[in-house]
Amino acid sequence: MIDPNTDSQPAPTMQDTALLEVRGLTTCFKTGFDGREINAVEDVSFSVAPGETLAIVGESGSGKSVTSLSVMGLLPPQTGRIASGSIKFRGRELTTLNNVAMRSLRGNAMSMIFQEPMTSFNPVYTIGHQIAEVIVLHQKLGYRAALSKAVDMLELVGIPEPQRRIDNFPHQMSGGMRQRAMIAMALSCEPDLLIADEPTTALDVTIQAQVLELLKDLQARMGMAMIFITHDLGVVAEVADRVCVMYAGQIVETAPVRDIFAAPRMPYTAALLGSMPRLGAGRDRLVPIPGHVPPLSRLPKGCRFQGRCGFAQPSCAAGEPRLEPIAEDHQVRCFRAGEPDLIERSLS
Amino acid sequence: MPIDAPGAGAPSETLLRVSNLKKHFPIRGGLFGQPAVAVKAIDDISFDIGRGEVVGLVGESGSGKTTVGRTILRLTEPTSGQILFDGQDIAALTPQQMRAQRKRMQIVFQDPDASLNPRETIRQAIGRALRLHNIGTRGEREGRIVDLLEQVGLSGDYIDRYPHEFSGGQRQRIGIARALAVEPEFIVADEPVSALDVSVQAQVINLMEDLTQRLNLTMLFIAHDLAVVEHISNRVIVMYLGKIMEIAPSSTLYAAPRHPYTRALMSAVPRPDPTFKRQRVLLQGDIPSPINPPSGCVFRSRCPVAGPECAGNVPALEQIGEGHFSACIKNHEFA
Repeated sequence: MIDPNTDSQPAPTMQDTALLEVRGLTTCFKTGFDGREINAVEDVSFSVAPGETLAIVGESGSGKSVTSLSVMGLLPPQTGRIASGSIKFRGRELTTLNNVAMRSLRGNAMSMIFQEPMTSFNPVYTIGHQIAEVIVLHQKLGYRAALSKAVDMLELVGIPEPQRRIDNFPHQMSGGMRQRAMIAMALSCEPDLLIADEPTTALDVTIQAQVLELLKDLQARMGMAMIFITHDLGVVAEVADRVCVMYAGQIVETAPVRDIFAAPRMPYTAALLGSMPRLGAGRDRLVPIPGHVPPLSRLPKGCRFQGRCGFAQPSCAAGEPRLEPIAEDHQVRCFRAGEPDLIERSLS
Repeated sequence: MPIDAPGAGAPSETLLRVSNLKKHFPIRGGLFGQPAVAVKAIDDISFDIGRGEVVGLVGESGSGKTTVGRTILRLTEPTSGQILFDGQDIAALTPQQMRAQRKRMQIVFQDPDASLNPRETIRQAIGRALRLHNIGTRGEREGRIVDLLEQVGLSGDYIDRYPHEFSGGQRQRIGIARALAVEPEFIVADEPVSALDVSVQAQVINLMEDLTQRLNLTMLFIAHDLAVVEHISNRVIVMYLGKIMEIAPSSTLYAAPRHPYTRALMSAVPRPDPTFKRQRVLLQGDIPSPINPPSGCVFRSRCPVAGPECAGNVPALEQIGEGHFSACIKNHEFA
């Protein structure tokens, strides 16, 4: 995945080659009894090039899942809405698209897989039927042809005896197998973009390793782009080309995967990396981030991370920092981003 | 298998000795509902835990690790085997006798939301534990609860708050405070940090490390996250499908895992380093059903080095180094 040779190629400029381009996305939700709206995601901008894997990483409440649901047009209609911003897929604006057009795009040109496959399969239909249904709907194939394509898809994702498995109901499969079946369904129409929302979080590590290998392999074969949403930095290192780090509804740092791990510039990214226990690190003391993520209804004034940041100074409460470039393809939301060795100094 | 074997290498005095423990859950079937088959959640395991030791118990879902924790505390009745706690067989105690022992052994659960009653304040939740075990007078209890909250890094002012007023990490601290309320010697921690965000997880791990040292606690730390277990444990037990595959001091196990399953498990952990070149042992398929496990070595159906000889006998846990045991007939081929 991380081929050292890719460094020599010029990074594609996002404006002209992007498959997906999100600009200034703000998504809000109604909360509580008074119906007051809060921004679950605020001023989020990123782009995904064809064939690229972008990882969006963050803790719970960071807004990573809401971002993906906004892109897919799957926000809960009663409570969630896109308040502002633009989402362009192959140059076409999605935020103003009607439901019918959006539905034909979903499952066809872009597709999504979730953490828990049980929630995206209907328990009373067979796996084969459900995959075939997607194919019939999007590809103008007859049911028989679609069913035989469903068998091919199950075979592609490494399910043994696919001919027999299409007659299984979801509960007859193991967790890892269901996740494969969901991937088969999501990829059955050969989408250009796959959004994977914590697809391996509920799986055991040995099964996670299988599913990650499978996704990387399929991506290489089908040439699709992927947005991979996760809280696990280990998984990020394994799959991503580029990374967006989110915190309390905002992107706080975005960079190529190597820079995120080797030279993080937002204190939150660095602190997150420092707080994870690492295999082979023995019993070194962990360095936790103090406190917890502030609830979206009670955000501090100014930088949202200041209360937990080791580098905060009084000016951090004064204004909201903006996501600003510090190098080509590396942006940071921090007032102190201009001090290049800030984080390095603190580690030595 | 020599009963005392896996305890070698444990420091000082043995606090807990588990011998040939089995827990089979019968599955009722057939016309008259007789138990037809059984899930062998724990199938003949033995190990020791020394006083003051933190032993990690790792394994994937279905390995039986949670059942081990619950059976040791007799929250689940064992099918057979012995559980010696400080020389006394827990499995043979009457419910009254057991209640007295409960004070000495406590559990911390994975999900603090599910283990705290949402309608009870912290004072009520922890106070009940103290009252049931006749600790202190009403007046003394308040001071004790404030003390406990402060020990786990929370303000004593929170005593009359409800669980929903706390964050996930704080709720887990309350779960720990409640377990510590009766001054136990031994704690089973069942995935205590798995539900927490990474940044908060580190806080709780550090807290548990401090507390075990300060209070000289003995702990069985059950988790699926190998890095977390490495961090907190002196020794580690690796389980697969109801059986122990490998036991070793932490430092040995992580530097030189011997059992093919342990090796595969370690190689599957994603490393937070994009330049890391892994030598991955990719296991095929899923963990088999514990109703009908493979004959011989239970791991052989997924084992990359299994041969026909593995189907014959169940491999015994064999000593291969200082405090290091592995259950594989090919132990000496992969040294």
